[in-house]
This record gives sequence, C-alpha cells and structure tokens, in this order.
Amino acid sequence: MKQLVILSGKGGTGKTSVAAALAHLASREMPIVLADADVDAANLELVLEPTRLEEHTFIGGQVAVIDPHLCQLCGNCYDVCRFEAILPGDDTYRVDALACEGCASCVYQCPEGAIHCEEQQAGLWFRSETRYGPLFHAHLFAAQENSGKLVTLVKQHGRLLALDEGRELLIVDGPPGIGCPVISANAGADLALLVTEPTVSGVHDLERILGTVNHFRVPALVLINKADVSPAHTAGIEAYCRAQGIELVGQLPYDSVVTEAMVQGQPVTLYEPEGAMAGALREVWAKVRQHLNE
Amino acid sequence: MIIAVASGKGGTGKTTVATSLALALTTKERGSTDPPQKPTGLSDRQASGQGILFLDCDVEEPNAALFLNPSLNHQEEVGILVPEVDYNRCTFCGRCAEVCVWHAIAVVGHKVLIFPELCHGCGSCTLNCPEGAIHEELHVMGSLESGQAGPIAFGHGILNVGQAMAVPIIRQLKAKHRPGPGYDVTILDASPGTSCPVVETMRGADFVLLVTEPTPFGLHDLRLAVQVARDELDLPVGVVVNRDGIGDTGVDDYCTAEGIPILMRIPLDRRIATAISGGEALVEALPEYRPRFLELYEKMRGQLASRKEAP
Repeated sequence: MKQLVILSGKGGTGKTSVAAALAHLASREMPIVLADADVDAANLELVLEPTRLEEHTFIGGQVAVIDPHLCQLCGNCYDVCRFEAILPGDDTYRVDALACEGCASCVYQCPEGAIHCEEQQAGLWFRSETRYGPLFHAHLFAAQENSGKLVTLVKQHGRLLALDEGRELLIVDGPPGIGCPVISANAGADLALLVTEPTVSGVHDLERILGTVNHFRVPALVLINKADVSPAHTAGIEAYCRAQGIELVGQLPYDSVVTEAMVQGQPVTLYEPEGAMAGALREVWAKVRQHLNE
Repeated sequence: MIIAVASGKGGTGKTTVATSLALALTTKERGSTDPPQKPTGLSDRQASGQGILFLDCDVEEPNAALFLNPSLNHQEEVGILVPEVDYNRCTFCGRCAEVCVWHAIAVVGHKVLIFPELCHGCGSCTLNCPEGAIHEELHVMGSLESGQAGPIAFGHGILNVGQAMAVPIIRQLKAKHRPGPGYDVTILDASPGTSCPVVETMRGADFVLLVTEPTPFGLHDLRLAVQVARDELDLPVGVVVNRDGIGDTGVDDYCTAEGIPILMRIPLDRRIATAISGGEALVEALPEYRPRFLELYEKMRGQLASRKEAP
C-alpha cells in the first residue's frame, strides 16, 4: 500500500481540486482510500458526494477549570500561566478556554486544590463512502487546538482500512502551511505532490514546503497550477525544480472549468472528461503512478 | 482600530486585501510627488502613514513582505523555553515526567530524556521539581523581523522549516509589537484555517475582515471562519468577496441570511492576477482601488461605531 500526500505551502493553489481528480483517475485502476487531512477546512467531501457511514467524537486536549467556591484569589495560577489563559475577576479567577493549552501547570500550583483539568471534545471524524473509495475526514471545531493529532487519527484509520482490504493507494489531501497539521499529513508518505502557482507567494511557499518534505525525507514532485497566469514565474519554477533535482510533473492552465466542476460538486476529470484540463490531469496521474511504483 | 484579516480557505486574497488596505491608508503613493489627499476620518498622523502597524501573522507562509518590501533592520530568534536538567541536583524522582502532559520528559533509570519538539514551554516541570534541578533554555523555533515599509511599521514572524508550532511565534510577534493604542490602525494578516494560529492572531482585534471567494469551497470555509471570529471570540465581522462573479451565489445568500455585511467586492480581473503574481500590491498596480480600500476602512469604522451604540 502506497501513501500519496498532496501539499502546497500556500493555500488556494488547487490541492483539493487536484486530489479529487486524482481520486477519480486512480480509482479506475486500483482500489484506493481517501483521507482529507485539512481538518480546519475540509473541502474534499464537497466534490466527492460521500455517504456518511460513521461519526466519532475527537477528544483534543484538556482545559483547566477553576472552582469559584474554592478560589481564594491568591493569583498563583495567574502568575504561572504562560499562555495568558487566566483572567482575573472580582471573586474568582477564570480560565479563557480558547487560550488554555491544558498544561495543568496551574492545577499543581493552586494551594486550594480549586483547579482541575477536563477533557475537551475538539471535533468529529467520519468514515464515508464515495464512488471512488472510502473517505476518512474530520471537522475540528472552531478555534480548537491539536489539529495535528486529528490529522494523524484520520490518516491512521485510512491506512488501517487500506491494509485490511488490500487497497493499494491512500491519497491524503493536505492542509496549507508547513506547521503541525502539515507535518502530520506528510508523516509516512511515500510521495508528496506539491501543487504551486506562478506567483511570488507561490514560489516563496514552494521553497518552504519543499524544505519541509525534504526535512522528513519524503520524495516530492511539483505540479504548477494556473501556469499561464505568469509564464515568467512558471519558467522560474521550472528552473528552480531542475536545480533542486525535483521532477515537474505537469502544468495546468487557468481554466474556469475547475470552478464550474466545484459548483457541480464533481472532480473536473468527471465533469468535463474531454477538456484540456482533464487531459493534463491524466498525464499528471500517469507520472505520479509511475513514481509510486518505483 | 485593530483589524485581523482572515479567511478559513487559503488563497482567497487575505494578503492582497491586508497589504492594499495598509497602503491605501498611507494615502500617498510611493514614488509619487503628488501631495497626499487626506480622506475623511483619518488623523493627520494616520494620513501620513505614521501610526499604521502591519503584522504578518501567517508565520508558516509569511508573504506580506513580498508586497510591502519593508527594510528589515531588526531580527531576533524566538521559540519556547524548554527544560534542562542539572544532574548534580537531580534525584531521578520522576516528578517532572509525571506533571508533563505532553510527555516531553521521561526519566529512565539515571537519565532524563527531554523531547523539545513535544514541549509546549509551560514551565510546569521547573515549578514542580522538588530539587530545583531544572532550568530552561530557549529552543529556537523561528524568528521575528521588523522594520519600516515606507511610513508603515512592519513586523513578521517566520516559523523555521521542520518546526510544528506556529502559535508561540505569533504570540511573541504580537507581544513585541503591541497592537493598539500606540497606533491608529493595526492590520494583522492571519494564516488560513480556523484553529489555534488563527485564534491567536484574532485575539485582541476590534474587527475581523473575512476574505472569501464565491465558490462552494469559499462558502464552506467562510462559515467556519465566522464561527471562530463571531461566535467563539464575539468579534464583529465583515466580508470581502474576491474574484466576484466566478462560482455561484452561495456566499451572498449566506451573508444575507446571517446578517453579515459584504463590505467590498473585487472582480476577477486578469490585471489583478498579473500584478499579484509579480509581487505588486493591488492598489499600486491599479490606483483606482485606493479610494475603494479607504471606503472599506470607513465601513469597518461604521460597523464598529454602530456596534458600540447597540445595547
């Protein structure tokens, strides 16, 4: 079983549209599993028409709770908290649950034993069925922490099912950025497909995401989306990839058909199979498949 | 006024809006010799661009500097304080490992193993060590840089490649350049998403400007961003619709139903895409947008004022 992760650094370069197209194309050749690792803003389900089979709660971390009847206003909790999560009040200190990291430092320093930690339900995760294969996805509640932990959980379930059922490929649609959820999405991948765009921001962020996947020793391929928006930057990315010894597996044009397909809730390769965009994506998939087999 | 520019979905144009808003508030085009026109509602200091602070809080992918071209004359390494053990004092009692909820310390026989990448820098181990055997050292996770972009005071944080935690960098960026009374306007450019880095950026803001695009992905993520800003943090929100005209009417319908004001619309325009691609700010490539960004600022002020009047 191989694991392909789709990343970008910069947001909005087309990760999810590419992931949906690859899911459509790959599933015609092999049994696959899908995982949406962008748990902050999970969009893959919007273009895969899934049927939800299971829903589970996700316990993120813990949060401190102060018993106002026991609080003697000594202020120790306020002094030791490094996350500005303790708020002074007239008759008791209070906890800002959004700022609290659940470290429990205040719990140990309260001489009255007035503070304890409670587990927090931080989100939900789902197992769904799509016409291309099972999809594992999640919803991290607004303003919650531990998105990396939820990404790991979603991927782990995808991986286990793939192994159980002898499915050959796990496609992971990753989050933007380079921080904790990205590192979790990238962990254990056999190959990373980096979707970039020919803009100063796209180039800048490509360097950082490539540094990140290199750091964790995952081989990478690059795909330029909206390549015709700036031929100059596209040429720059080509030169950069050559210098880095990274293969460029394709260039997609800017095409409003991608948005049209999204509005219809379909992968673009299904929505307009005869179009230039679908053709370019089939070539990308052929190259990705070849690298996965190596 | 402290304005956080956020989005939920990535690539909707947060940095485009944030940088152009800042530049429009300086009123004077860089390189232009024309006297600045002072718009209504701006103080003299503000109209000259003094008193505008711009903080790029997308420390995973900080891109605002590509458009504002600040001269960065200050740099410092930042991170969290992680424990170090003084073996002359340590009795291997294991109390540090017991209190660490992150499992960042393990005591194995006569050795204390510390895992800085798991540590959140809370200091609980230091406080709980009965022998006073723990002190803390800076574990570098990134850096802060600051300087001037013309009249605009500029700062950004950069998370080092391979590091996981963005929040400590954002926290220290905001601690170093306190947004608020020292400035007329502070603009905070957030990362995409809806979790802890976005919350850390929005915390303390007066207004959250949500940039979206009129597509199913844009709408889905806008809803989540509204949940964070309006419902969790109780902040006033307004929307900028970018690439107006693509996609469908979902974002408009949602904003109408929720009573969320759409404060600005930016159409899909090849000239904008080309300018942004080349690192040119929108208002510099297309100066006709300058008054529209000032209007956006006035609308946000109006929203804040009406909120204060409401019971």
